[in-house]
Amino acid sequence: VFQNDMITYSARAVPLSGHVGFDSMPDQLVNKSVNHGFCFNILCVGETGLGKSTLMDTLFNTKFEGEPTQHNQPGVQLKSNTYELQESNVRLKLTVVNTVGFGDQINKEDSYKSIVEFIDAQFEAYLQEELKIKRTLHSYHDTRIHACLYFIAPTGHSLKSLDLVTMKKLDSKVNIIPIIAKSDAISKSELTKFKIKITSELVSNGVQIYQFPTDDETVAEINSTMNGHLPFAVVGSTEEVKIGNKMVKARQYPWGTVQVENENHCDFVKLREMLIRVNMEDLREQTHTRHYELYRRCKLEEMGFKDTDPDSKPFSLQETYEAKRNEFMSELQKKEEEMRQMFVQRVKEKEAELKEAEKELHEKFDRLKKLHQDEKKKLEDKKKALDDELNMFKQKKTAAELLQNQAQQAGGSTTLKRDKERKK
Amino acid sequence: APIPVTRVDETAVYQMEVIPSYSSSAMSEAVVPDAMMPPAAGSLYGEKAGGPVVDFSYVGIDAILEQMRRKAMKQGFELNIMVVGQSGLGKSTLMNTLFKSKVSRKSVLAAAQEKIPKTIEIKSISHDIEEKGVRMKLTVIDTPGFGDQINNENCWQPIMKFINDQYEAYLQEEININRKKRIPDSRVHCCIYFIPPTGHCLRPLDVEFMRRLSKVVNIVPVIAKADTLTLEERDFFKKKIREELRANGIDVYPQKEFDEDAEDRMINEKIREMIPFAVVGSDQEYQVNGRRLLGRKTKWGTIEVENIAHCEFAYLRDLLIRTHMQNIKDITSSIHYEMYRVRRLNENNTVVAHANGIPEHHLAAHEM
Repeated sequence: VFQNDMITYSARAVPLSGHVGFDSMPDQLVNKSVNHGFCFNILCVGETGLGKSTLMDTLFNTKFEGEPTQHNQPGVQLKSNTYELQESNVRLKLTVVNTVGFGDQINKEDSYKSIVEFIDAQFEAYLQEELKIKRTLHSYHDTRIHACLYFIAPTGHSLKSLDLVTMKKLDSKVNIIPIIAKSDAISKSELTKFKIKITSELVSNGVQIYQFPTDDETVAEINSTMNGHLPFAVVGSTEEVKIGNKMVKARQYPWGTVQVENENHCDFVKLREMLIRVNMEDLREQTHTRHYELYRRCKLEEMGFKDTDPDSKPFSLQETYEAKRNEFMSELQKKEEEMRQMFVQRVKEKEAELKEAEKELHEKFDRLKKLHQDEKKKLEDKKKALDDELNMFKQKKTAAELLQNQAQQAGGSTTLKRDKERKK
Repeated sequence: APIPVTRVDETAVYQMEVIPSYSSSAMSEAVVPDAMMPPAAGSLYGEKAGGPVVDFSYVGIDAILEQMRRKAMKQGFELNIMVVGQSGLGKSTLMNTLFKSKVSRKSVLAAAQEKIPKTIEIKSISHDIEEKGVRMKLTVIDTPGFGDQINNENCWQPIMKFINDQYEAYLQEEININRKKRIPDSRVHCCIYFIPPTGHCLRPLDVEFMRRLSKVVNIVPVIAKADTLTLEERDFFKKKIREELRANGIDVYPQKEFDEDAEDRMINEKIREMIPFAVVGSDQEYQVNGRRLLGRKTKWGTIEVENIAHCEFAYLRDLLIRTHMQNIKDITSSIHYEMYRVRRLNENNTVVAHANGIPEHHLAAHEM
């Protein structure tokens, strides 16, 4: 018998009498991540023409490919593109997903569906990998959406019902950061009112947008300030204009120039700060520990799994999932078989029916044929009878003519001739 | 201005020229870079504190390193080390020396447990230690009684079982529907095996143990109480041990097959040429040349533990703690644990099925 016991002094802080060196652990961890590279996936949801692609270009300071989409899409499609960016020693695999055709249809009831399906599909892919028996999680390319930038049209009034519906459907699946697009169309005073209206509408509809985390003192202050500036009013531009002696990203109008990186002009800098420089890691973590876990829990419960009690052995979720699927497939097959049997039965019945009908037809034909033959015979007999009569008549006629000729020979006068002619 | 792009399959590779506004940490051994400036909050471009004026093309992606660091500091780290060896080889002392505090079980509990137990026991003790803001939960797992019996057959079994039990516990947590945010990690990251300093070669017990355990855990063999060997004897002994390990196909940490790239291989080859480390442990300080150092005082001199001319303790410490700690944990979680998981999930579906004579897929479905 082997003994086994564990003593834990969790609250026991043991003082160190010298430098041990494990303070290099964060460095070791960071270095490992640097070697590995990072993944970040952004989903841009918004109507066509709100400047989604331009904003991405501006945020990441590169010209991603693509031309502006047409407005005649039949449904909402999601197009995703992956890029490899590098800044000093950090390699980032950035995926930008765009909603193509969002808001263009006449009937927009189902617009949100393809977005939800896409997000779920990425969770599903990760779940499948996690459930595999032989898995490679550390080299898996994570495609789950870490941040969803929701582009609000700069009407200046309120959110559209499409916006509310879509955001409500997405808030439990992804970190939503609402932004007011093309905000150079709104004046400053209108902007303040607009922001207040949007925020109150989101609250009253119970839409959970992403809150920048305030639990770490290093960033608590800036994050809580920024939380108050949501939704960010942004302007995007990849064109540069000369202001003073610097080239700045801006949009030039006859009445002035809107500078993208000027905080008095728009909130672009705030967005970049929050999205990339301060909270990128938190966005990734929230996606994994909150949204993904929720999806996983729901999916597994839906398939009928329950947490096992401590006594039973662990099972392979993958295997059981497969087993359930096989069961389902065999059910389907059984049903298919049944249907086939029924079909075969029906065919047989019909065939029998048709055979009957054929038989009847044959019989009828035979009957009619017989009738016809009988008729024919009758007619032939009749014909024969008439022919006989005709022959007899002919014979009588010939005999009569012969007698007349003999009588003429004996008397031989014109009177006979006249008689004959009279007789004729 | 946009920079010309190379398209690689479907992904485009963009190189951005960037002048970072603060220094990101270079990989240095025992130094935590101070003055790690987080990006100045809400400021305008061009005014980032402590650095050159920023080029507008700076996006700030490398700020994620700082974000990760912050998260790591907040969460803290876990490390579980097991020590295996006959009694009297200085295991507890070595642990105390490594972590510069009384972390071993013997130091914590009363001295009543001096007797050698009749069977092998597995006893662990955990501590929270902190250094420069980095918090670590250290668990030292002791194996008193190992190799001390007359008949030591199968003495590796309870240890194997313990290690597998930790993998099992983690697996159970991982496949729960409702999972914890952070699964507590009790898996043994590293097993230090103490070789008695005979000077000749490995004993059959050593070979058997290391052969079996190296398949499920990272083994770091050390020559204990190396102050009884002269330098020549030590070199000879080490060479012999390395030969024997090779001959028996025993892969100790750092394992050759897990080297990730050429750089890794280079660093690890140097380490592989030095194992097993010949160590001396001590928690007593002595005055040597005006400095207070950890050492062992004898009539013929004082052995300085952290002096690499005297023994290889410093190399062991650097390997385990300062440079390869993360790597040791990674190999445990992504290789040893995954292997256990594969074995476990495969066996569960076949063993249980055969036991009841029911075909696999039916059973799996009914298990629910």
